[in-house]
Amino acid sequence: MPNEGRQIVIPGQILGDMPAFKPGRGTFVENKKIYAERLGVMNIQDNFINVIPLKGRYEPIVGDVVIGVVEEASTSNWMVDINAPYPALLHVHEVPWEIEFADTEKYLNTGDAILAKVLSVDESKKLQITLNDRNLFKLKGGHIIEFEPSIYRRIMGKQYSMIEIIQKYTRCRIKVGKNGRIWLDGDAEGIAKVLQAISKIESEAATFGLTDRIEELLKKDAKDVR
Amino acid sequence: MKSDIKLITSEGKRLDGRGPEDIRKIKIEAGVLHRADGSCYLEWGGNKVLVAVYGPREAVPRHTQNPLRAIVQARYNMAAFSVEDRKRPGPDRRSVEISKVISEALEKVILTEQFPRATVNVNIEVLDAEAGTRCAGLTAAGVALIDAGIPMRDIPVAIAAGKINGQVVLDLGKEEDNFGDADLPVAISPRTGEILLLQMDGHLTVDEFNQAFDLAVKGCHAVSEIQKKAVIHKYQTIAAEVQE
Repeated sequence: MPNEGRQIVIPGQILGDMPAFKPGRGTFVENKKIYAERLGVMNIQDNFINVIPLKGRYEPIVGDVVIGVVEEASTSNWMVDINAPYPALLHVHEVPWEIEFADTEKYLNTGDAILAKVLSVDESKKLQITLNDRNLFKLKGGHIIEFEPSIYRRIMGKQYSMIEIIQKYTRCRIKVGKNGRIWLDGDAEGIAKVLQAISKIESEAATFGLTDRIEELLKKDAKDVR
Repeated sequence: MKSDIKLITSEGKRLDGRGPEDIRKIKIEAGVLHRADGSCYLEWGGNKVLVAVYGPREAVPRHTQNPLRAIVQARYNMAAFSVEDRKRPGPDRRSVEISKVISEALEKVILTEQFPRATVNVNIEVLDAEAGTRCAGLTAAGVALIDAGIPMRDIPVAIAAGKINGQVVLDLGKEEDNFGDADLPVAISPRTGEILLLQMDGHLTVDEFNQAFDLAVKGCHAVSEIQKKAVIHKYQTIAAEVQE
């Protein structure tokens, strides 16, 4: 049983005909036939054929919670790297602090990490992000690790089951951004365990029963569980 | 010099024992580099090619950006040790030309309109050369682009046909390329049959050209199957490893 029903598709592979199915994400249409546009796993939902990517850059969508690293502070805005093909703009109006003109560096400077939300994506892919929400803030201390953005759902698990298990066994503070970044804070042992779990999820993303295997892995050497 | 070397016997057997329509042995491995977004290592006869793909990412300097679509920047480079006499390192007339034609071939298959202002960088390093490196490079680039998760209409594939001792053959080897009569590299999009790259060195009559071209297209489809297998193999082994 190679994939237990998960079919791996490659670009240009024919997935279905137009009237019977509708083209979803990761597909394109030519002569009323639906083709895969990228490497991924085929998924059919309500007659929509989707290709869930296995690899690839993060594509920003409005409303996504992302972890950004400040690249540059200007007089009235910051440029933030959110792991997308383009840098994102964070305007002083989009932060919860009162900032006087040219005082931006006091609040956020190059290298600082933030948990932000994608505010807008325009036609030419110019990005804006915001910190104006109650669960968005500057991330102080901690570590940032990167993962393949396409496996975000696997890292979170069904109804956050996966991430809750990791948090439970490692006693780390974890924030996961949709852009393929994880921020974590805790003791060295816990962080090592999170890294181990994430790399296992990453290498086995296309398989079933992953949550149970991760729990097994973490349970093995867990001493005190909250 | 040309006529006194026998490259093909009257029975149609070539120097390395192949028939006129046989392709050299091809080995493709996807995802070999960790720092690159996508990568591919390919061995095609005596050719060894390594391709790394980066992007899509914002194009710099700014004036190279296209506000409507991504640009594709392929860079073909031969290692100094890739040929018998040391090749002087750095871009030369030949590698600049090959970089340009490969960039244009890849631009046609990548869905560039999804990434305005961005660039896709494709680095093709020829480690060992034995004729047909541009075809090997383009074929490997196709696999590396899939590995990088870049949206594409199709997987580009290339192979050369040519003429040796007056006979049209597929996939020229080193001696056949050096002492043959003509070399015709062809890249196609195998799903639609569109031509992505077509160059010719030497002389062919119209009939010979058509014959060589048809042979190359046939060869492209054969190589395309090897390409697809390599990609699917790579990602299915990940799934299989877990089931053990």
